[in-house]
Amino acid sequence: MSKTRLPSPEQMHWLCTAMALVIAPHLTRLPLWAGISFALLALWRLGVAHGRCTPPPRWLRVFLVLAILPAVYLSQGTLFGRSAGLTLLAALAGMKLLETHSPRDAYVVTLLGFFLVITHFLYQQNIAIGLYMLLVVVLITATLMSIHGHGLSLTPRRRLRYAGILVLQAFPIALLLFLLFPRLPGPLWGLPKDAYSAVTGLGGTMSPGSVSRLSLSDAVAFRVKFEGAAPPVSALYWRGPVLWNTDGRTWSGGAQGPTHRLANDRGNGGEISYTVTLEPHNQRWLYALDLPASTPRGSVLNEDFQLLKRKAIRQRLRYRVHSRLDQRPHNTSARSAARALALPQGAHPASRALAQRWRDESDNEAAYIQRVLAHFRQQPFYYTLRPPLLNGDTVDEFMFSSRRGFCEHYAAAFTVFMRAAGIPARIVTGYQGGEYNPLGQYLLVRQRDAHAWVELWQQDRGWVRIDPTAAVSPSRIELGMDAAIPQSLGPPLLGLADNATARELWRNFRQSWDALNNGWNQWVLGYGMERQRQLLARIHIDARKLSELALALAISITLSMAILALWLWRRRAPSDPVLRLYRRFCHKLKRRRIKCGPTEGPLDFCQRIVRQHPEFATEAMEISHLYIDLRYGTKRADIMRLRQAVKAFHP
Amino acid sequence: MHLGLTATTEHPQTRALLDQIVQQVGTVVLGKEQTIRLSLACLLAQGHLLIEDIPGVGKTTLAHTLAHALGLGFQRIQFTSDLLPADILGVSVYDRDAVAFKFHPGPIFAEVVLADEVNRATPKAQSALLEAMEEGQVTHEGETRRLPEAFFVIATQNPSHQIGTFPLPESQLDRFLMRVDLGYPGRSAERALLQGRDRRELIRHFEPILDVAHLMDLQHQTHEIHASEAWLDYLQALLVYSRNAPEFHTGLSPRAGLALLHSAQAWALMAGRAHLLPEDLQAILPAVTNHRLCWASNAPATASSASTHLLAQVAIP
Repeated sequence: MSKTRLPSPEQMHWLCTAMALVIAPHLTRLPLWAGISFALLALWRLGVAHGRCTPPPRWLRVFLVLAILPAVYLSQGTLFGRSAGLTLLAALAGMKLLETHSPRDAYVVTLLGFFLVITHFLYQQNIAIGLYMLLVVVLITATLMSIHGHGLSLTPRRRLRYAGILVLQAFPIALLLFLLFPRLPGPLWGLPKDAYSAVTGLGGTMSPGSVSRLSLSDAVAFRVKFEGAAPPVSALYWRGPVLWNTDGRTWSGGAQGPTHRLANDRGNGGEISYTVTLEPHNQRWLYALDLPASTPRGSVLNEDFQLLKRKAIRQRLRYRVHSRLDQRPHNTSARSAARALALPQGAHPASRALAQRWRDESDNEAAYIQRVLAHFRQQPFYYTLRPPLLNGDTVDEFMFSSRRGFCEHYAAAFTVFMRAAGIPARIVTGYQGGEYNPLGQYLLVRQRDAHAWVELWQQDRGWVRIDPTAAVSPSRIELGMDAAIPQSLGPPLLGLADNATARELWRNFRQSWDALNNGWNQWVLGYGMERQRQLLARIHIDARKLSELALALAISITLSMAILALWLWRRRAPSDPVLRLYRRFCHKLKRRRIKCGPTEGPLDFCQRIVRQHPEFATEAMEISHLYIDLRYGTKRADIMRLRQAVKAFHP
Repeated sequence: MHLGLTATTEHPQTRALLDQIVQQVGTVVLGKEQTIRLSLACLLAQGHLLIEDIPGVGKTTLAHTLAHALGLGFQRIQFTSDLLPADILGVSVYDRDAVAFKFHPGPIFAEVVLADEVNRATPKAQSALLEAMEEGQVTHEGETRRLPEAFFVIATQNPSHQIGTFPLPESQLDRFLMRVDLGYPGRSAERALLQGRDRRELIRHFEPILDVAHLMDLQHQTHEIHASEAWLDYLQALLVYSRNAPEFHTGLSPRAGLALLHSAQAWALMAGRAHLLPEDLQAILPAVTNHRLCWASNAPATASSASTHLLAQVAIP
């Protein structure tokens, strides 16, 4: 009967605590019933362990198991995929806890725990969850020790300590496997299709409020490491989608024209090289400094000088790219440029009328452009994070009544004014500026650095960049978002918001934290096929060949085991030279299958040799005699004699 | 069976003498050489001996023969439930001629005292004996009387599950250096016993091999046996293991450590060696520790006894 070996209440405490901690971070993702039922089942099992409740009858257990599948289906709409799978596992883990009757069941539960721990990586891959998972793994290991009979004689603290030591001991092998195990192309953790529903970033369109919505987000857009000095903040225009078409409110779409081929005019200096680590944003485009002069591997440059990948970017991507800050796109034909004059019929009547009047009054295009910019500068226009909602004609309303807006408002209004005056204009969205992290020596670009600016077509110069926002709030461009809207950088405690020292501390803290995260992203999460190939190439291993990887893996694990064994052996190797010589003697006999037991004294061993292997009797007796005298006796014998005797002994 | 290792023997005469005692006692107590050796070692180490076994296996004969062979005076006290301390220590009787109380020494004033069935007496009587054992003297009515220089108690006791016994408490068991058992004789030994003459009569027929002075000299030699650092390492490893291992209820005390040292020294002397070997410790450890070491509740089911388990767990350093 397995019931005679029920896990004790203490063992059930360990088991239930470990499983509860495994499930805990999932509670927000699980349907409510799954969390509650897991808790109830675990509590019931604890009650049974303490003799307060009766175990569930068989029919109830069968019913519960059968009820789980429909419950999952009803709440998730499917039985497959990440959420449904997780719900199913969590509910079944509770069931398994309830019917844990023997050590074997308990082992199964701990193994289930080890498996469930990994599922956290399907949702989050940050440092905090990694540390949490590590702690839970230690706890499950300690639970495993508790289930095993001998573990119970240790105090809980020592059990945890030993479990920690075990996990630490496994670490070198884990590291080797991490470095050398063949990597799959594609994301390792973000497998299911419902994983990208909530990523932030610029969309392919722009409407009032779409950029300012991002301005509240501290999420990282990408990080940049420059090779050489970084350009000034005011020059950091990160080019994203280019927008041509408007319906009066929303701007969208770029040229679907032919892929642009870069002219091979490298080498005349002024090129900036850098590496971007882009957070997944579920869109096809890459960001590069205005204007990209090279295409990273696997991407193309379209007619609007926008870098595009073939598929949406769903895992963190690293790419190296060159840019030329002094160049402007001038690959557009006059016919396509005419498309940049279109305005929807009947839209923005007041603005168009004003534009016409100003254009007639101006001598040339340049004067007209200055006139419009001066208007932004001189009239009471405000740059604000929370522009009022615009309901009617967005441009007219912004220009003549609200006069409060974020960059998208200015860019849109300016473009309308240009097009109305016959100057081809288009909107470029992307990011502007960034925060330089001196710790990690990289530039950090956050979502709130999102920006929109305007490009005007001029026959002789190509597409010229004009940033109307700079006219309203020059500090936004010159010093970055933090300077323009200082409130966004305050520490979370309101009282400290005005304190310069506290702000500085908060800024340092945030920079260190981000540098840490960047390291984690680069070296842990970002360690994919490419990185592995680069790293291993340095030690002349071709990661593309599985056989080489397997060989490197086998050799390094064997080597690390050998080092460990050597270390243990060194620790056991006696410092007493007499004992060392005697051990060598025993070792020589061991090769002839004559083994000296750990508790066998030298006299007993010698007598055994004489009895069983008379052929070695003389030598064994001499060596034993010398050894006994040197180690236990009067020490009158000469150690050199022992050394010679052992050396000459060839069984 | 000391195959050719005479080279390690440094006291050949002593060894021959002690072998002779063992052999002579062996002619009376048949087939129990190991127990006889242990008893002799116990005596050489100036410790007291407890023999635990069922009645009729030769406990008394062993004690008697040993005392005789060593040339020591022998007294026997049969412990019963109505035994009083005065029956052991002696009593003062008024002497009309001398007009004074005269002390009549009890049976304790002998060189070898056999306390037969010690666990049949009440704790009061037991403690009188045990106090005398510990102090080496008897205090009666304010007057202290020394016991003989060579004073050796051999107590026998029945297994405590028998009816009418007062088991000795652990603190008093600790006073005995060793606890040995005899067990049933082997087949050939029993046949010899059945065919031979009366054992008591045999004792009277042989001459003592030692005398008190000689015995005390041997006891002195025992203390001279050299314990090397390596050997003490082994002893301490055993002590430490017994204290830390969860399978033992309580570990071995420092007094147990000294008992092990002295017993092993006696064992080495009997082998004619001037220094201690791990084998000496292994030979005497069960007899010295079996009555001191108790299993905890989670004793491993496979081990036969606590002391053999201890020996198997600790490697010789």
